[in-house]
Amino acid sequence: MVHTFTSLGVRVAVDVNSGAVHVLDQLTYDLLTALAEREENGESLAGELPADLARALPQHDGAALAEAWEELRGLKEAGLLFEQDDYIDREKAASMQQQALVKALCLHVSHDCNLRCKYCFASTGDFGTGKRMTMDIETAKKAIDFVVAKSGKRRNIEVDFFGGEPLMAMDTVKATVEYARSLEKEHDKCFRFTITTNGVLLSDENIEYINREMSNAVLSLDGRREVNDDLRPTVSGKGSYDVIVPKFKKLIAGRGTKDYYLRGTFTRFHKDFAEDVKTLAAIGRHVSVEPVVGKESDPYALQEADLPELKAEYERLAEYLKDHPETNFFHFNVDLEQGPCVIKRLRGCGAGCEYVAITPDGDIYPCHQFVGNEAYKLGSVYDGTFDTSLSSRFAALNIYTREECAHCWARFYCSGGCSASNLLVNGDIEHPHKVGCELERKRLECAIALKALAAGAGE
Amino acid sequence: MTHIKTINGATLKKSAAHGGCGECQTSCQSACKTSCTVANQKCENK
Repeated sequence: MVHTFTSLGVRVAVDVNSGAVHVLDQLTYDLLTALAEREENGESLAGELPADLARALPQHDGAALAEAWEELRGLKEAGLLFEQDDYIDREKAASMQQQALVKALCLHVSHDCNLRCKYCFASTGDFGTGKRMTMDIETAKKAIDFVVAKSGKRRNIEVDFFGGEPLMAMDTVKATVEYARSLEKEHDKCFRFTITTNGVLLSDENIEYINREMSNAVLSLDGRREVNDDLRPTVSGKGSYDVIVPKFKKLIAGRGTKDYYLRGTFTRFHKDFAEDVKTLAAIGRHVSVEPVVGKESDPYALQEADLPELKAEYERLAEYLKDHPETNFFHFNVDLEQGPCVIKRLRGCGAGCEYVAITPDGDIYPCHQFVGNEAYKLGSVYDGTFDTSLSSRFAALNIYTREECAHCWARFYCSGGCSASNLLVNGDIEHPHKVGCELERKRLECAIALKALAAGAGE
Repeated sequence: MTHIKTINGATLKKSAAHGGCGECQTSCQSACKTSCTVANQKCENK
């Protein structure tokens, strides 16, 4: 399968199964686009340029088309165009995935929050339970014991301190880190801690601690002051921007080489999110601004009718970033050469199998987005239960079992999307939802075009 | 070639030979927490 597109004035062809990326002149772009529309596998490239294909492109000179045809043929022979995916041993890959071990925790140290964000999937912290609480240290230790036991020989273990707002349970955070570190040598584990925070409680002491212990800090802020304060008010209804931004600046200044992301959400209320990226980039260079997760009936949720505007906004953002390479925008950060292996790309996030969320009560869910949905409760760290049958349902999902993905050019980049979003929008975890897929594909086109320009394609 | 510039080779296919160790980061932990993109993750084996 070959996908051709234009973005940032660059004409690109992605050879889906090999991972090859080519930049084309107009003539070759038209020729390959016409061929890819007719043939999934480019069979005609075994012979001469078909006369009817040449006739379908009367705007181009016949001799030049024949020359481009030969170049395309050369790419196919070199395994760089219309490559098949038969090199992937699907049975072996599926078996590896079924045996997947839990290696990452989203640790909900707090089901309480000091902001009242209007689009919060966690119902402003309590996940719809009506019970605001923090995790005690005993539960946190049991969660760490759980992942040590469930991770088998996997060495790298990730724990993200999440909420609600995790800084409301800082004692638990610190005790968890200390406990996990105490187990590393004996069990041959390497814990990597991250934290996702709204920043309200970032004291100098907390900043120093996070910058010492957390390999990544995800700093929630929605961009422009008016956007952020509209959607992320405090409990008393005041804006949070002026409280948070000075603290984030201080944290970033002391971050050194460790990762961080200023992470915003965009909604239907503010679709010009490129402006929010610019605002965040002025605070720190690592930025992620992402589409909100919501049901179609939610007023803030992105709708199919919004897609043209949202795609144009991604293109506008890419134009800006083309001239601002110092800004690292998470969703345009596609690593073409050193990215994850194809096995990893078969099954995205690993929710429900490699990755689980644990609540303050010690309940286990496939990921943070499933918390509170009893039908998807996997077990508890207290009674040692873990529903392997439900976990296997998640483990079995991959780009070949998700019907829509099997025909999508972006399948090896997005790896099947988000099961939780699928459930929210479509009512099941299997089928990707249209708005999410369309935005993902547009982001990837922008990302690949930026890579092409960086590789000198525009010269 | 005069019409085509290849900026990336068959890296995906090559990765099949050594892939699947599982030591890499879980994508949802990196920054997103809502929307997946796996292709920007780092490989721990390189």
